[in-house]
Amino acid sequence: MNESSRFYSSDEVAWCPGCGNHALLAILKQALEELDKNPHEVLICSGIGQAAKTPHYVNVNGFNGLHGRAIPPAFGAKVANKDLTVIINSGDGDSYGEGGNHLIHNMRRNLDITHFVHDNMIYGLTKGQASPTTRPGHTTGIQTEGVVLNPLNPLALAITMGATFVARGFVGEKEQLVELMKQAITHKGYALLDIFQPCVIFNKINTFQWYKEHTFKLPESYDPTDRATALQMAFEWDDGIPLGVLFKEDRTTYTESIEVLREGPPLVDRKLKPDRVIPFLDNFK
Amino acid sequence: MDYNVLIGGAAGQGIDTLSTLFQRSLYRHGYHVFVHKDYMSRVRGGHNFIQIRFSDTPLLSHRDPLDLIVALDETTVKEHMSRLQKSGFLMADEEIKKQSDRMITFPIHKLAKEAGNSKTFTSVFLGLLLKWYGLPLEQTEAFLLETFHDKSPEANVKALQSGAALIKEKVSLPPGSLSDHLLVDGNQAIALGAIAAGVTFYSAYPMTPSTSIMNTLASYQTEAGIVVEQAEDEIAAINMAIGANYAGIRAMTGTSGGGFSLMTEALGLAGITETPLVVANVQRPGPATGFPTRTEQSDLSFILTASHGEITRMVIALRNPEESFYQTTRAFNLSEKYQVPVILLSDQYLADYTVTVPAFDVSHVTIDRHFADGSSYSEDHPYQRYELTDNGLSPRLIPGKIPGLVVLADSDEHDEDGHITESAEMRINMMKKRMGKLELIKEELQEPWMLGDAQPDILLLAWGSIAGPLEEAITRLRKENESLSIGALVFGDLWPLPTKQLTSLAEKAKVLVNIEQNYTGQLAKLIRQETGFHCTKSILKYDGRQMTPEFILEMLKKEVL
Repeated sequence: MNESSRFYSSDEVAWCPGCGNHALLAILKQALEELDKNPHEVLICSGIGQAAKTPHYVNVNGFNGLHGRAIPPAFGAKVANKDLTVIINSGDGDSYGEGGNHLIHNMRRNLDITHFVHDNMIYGLTKGQASPTTRPGHTTGIQTEGVVLNPLNPLALAITMGATFVARGFVGEKEQLVELMKQAITHKGYALLDIFQPCVIFNKINTFQWYKEHTFKLPESYDPTDRATALQMAFEWDDGIPLGVLFKEDRTTYTESIEVLREGPPLVDRKLKPDRVIPFLDNFK
Repeated sequence: MDYNVLIGGAAGQGIDTLSTLFQRSLYRHGYHVFVHKDYMSRVRGGHNFIQIRFSDTPLLSHRDPLDLIVALDETTVKEHMSRLQKSGFLMADEEIKKQSDRMITFPIHKLAKEAGNSKTFTSVFLGLLLKWYGLPLEQTEAFLLETFHDKSPEANVKALQSGAALIKEKVSLPPGSLSDHLLVDGNQAIALGAIAAGVTFYSAYPMTPSTSIMNTLASYQTEAGIVVEQAEDEIAAINMAIGANYAGIRAMTGTSGGGFSLMTEALGLAGITETPLVVANVQRPGPATGFPTRTEQSDLSFILTASHGEITRMVIALRNPEESFYQTTRAFNLSEKYQVPVILLSDQYLADYTVTVPAFDVSHVTIDRHFADGSSYSEDHPYQRYELTDNGLSPRLIPGKIPGLVVLADSDEHDEDGHITESAEMRINMMKKRMGKLELIKEELQEPWMLGDAQPDILLLAWGSIAGPLEEAITRLRKENESLSIGALVFGDLWPLPTKQLTSLAEKAKVLVNIEQNYTGQLAKLIRQETGFHCTKSILKYDGRQMTPEFILEMLKKEVL
């Protein structure tokens, strides 16, 4: 771990040796460095799970909240201070399972926040149960006959629910992932980046090698502005899983849509006095 | 003078419009007004009614006996005729069958059509009402032109005049002299209090009877500079508010019991992350869906321990709309001072009744933020969000404002930096720090309101919105029987429970009686838990309808006196 980085955190990392999160963490710090961010300008929000420990391992503002509830505090914080760079780091269980409802509706809101899902297709912290992205047939201690639920397709969901930046990366493709993170963070609007990372303890199927063999980078000629193509690409799996920006569009953000947020300084910088209520009291006379 | 008029009809029939116009006319003529709503959980049909009580002196409560009934349908006649005083009358359209000598019918709908628009029948009724009480039409005409500026204003004025022409003055009122008052309901007062307190974000999911807090704030959002977000569920609503408070603004959420149930995990999040938070729970009868549009005080026991684990919280019951305004501003200040969730406990009765209150005095309101001075930190004394300090309060900073300083909040047990810890010693230190704040809050407590005798033999114990009906009942009782030693404590601050006055009165009282709008006597349980005093008699009501002064008097005579 690079102790000279301004994002270095002295907190001891509690992930297993070999976990894909280690690489992801280093790539995240590199992306923040390359974007010239300062620690106080960034807020990382998370829920609960292995990935959700990320705010402790990066020297930035952090809000490590409840399981499945990473997005709502991130939304509240960004509304309070539109100058903050707000990033969510949480797992597939937290983001797609327990927090599914918030995922759907925040993509609709299109607030300018970035969501990095550490997707290892398994529950790590609770020790190896199926996650929403675990593939059918995958046996676990709970799913003894193999997963029978249809897997959640986060990218297809995001494209149809109004996320304005939808991408997938893999920790084994470091250079691409740094770029994807930087693009996601600088994108204006809700950016979902689903990041493949192996769980070396509980997912013996989707290993580092498996991801290497089953993924391919989208060619430079790929046009991410075409929704129909993007949706088709989001369903690609058996013949290779695409990595890169599948879809992006410019759409008015939540902040741009709400006059109170659009005009003037961040809410947190507004000096308010109790007499602001006086004009409204006339409506009750 | 003290008159009580009931307007009844089906949902969507116009009773709200008529009531609003009548109550505002009374208010503008200088009378105190108390408007109580009883409505069903439906948009059209059913039976709803509104009682408008007015007087030349302040009013604290609705009451049972009626002086006049305006029946927009036949159900109103059947349901409420029995409550009419001997001197009272019922007025209705001529289409409704006359069922009593005290029922007077008029060609209301015919006159509305003649005025040019059949929907103006509410204005015909309004003319009748104003004339009945000898009130001039001029002010109301101007008011109608303003209210219906885009919906046949002239026809409404004509309808008003034709209604007034139907009768001669029946009741002569002394002139009203009210000035410098507002006409507000409990939820509007909470919303106005939040604005005065500096709220800039309100996130909620619509739930009766709390929704009008959100509606009121939303109607001023652009002008006041407030973001009002309709969340996808109550879990999102409270977590959004917590995130916003963490980031340094004043944010609030509000709901009713069902939504509050969903919020409980996040209430613990506010507790362990020591994030200030104000939550309004406007109670309705539960459990589950319960009685959506009716009233109850049955969430107290639940709220006192809501959230798994142990946290410090403050619970303030609101007793009337005037107090709802000031207590909301106080809740924000205490929540930030002690970095704890503060729960405002209201109910459907208080949320929905409208009353004339002295205009809110904003000079009594302060906004006290209690942030730490970020410039005092250095490498030798780094900033720690959960620093263990002498008074147990850790320094709070606005994230993003001071280069070099970051703020880490954590729902796990954490160390002073906010990092996850497994240390037994740190757990003990952090628990002591968080739980110890309760003792600090005890210094801030407001003792309950004292009504009646200063040292009563019969001590009544109540909380929240029963304050008004109870005060009226006690006043009447003491007028009837001057030798009776009876008094009451009505609690606003409920947790931590203020016990000084309670202990001093309870020790000398002969009987303690709890009066509550629930089945299990939740205040009595709390008092027993905190002081050991037992209420040996109870007056409990849990039919979803607020106690009237008459009900309290009847029950006291039957059960206690």
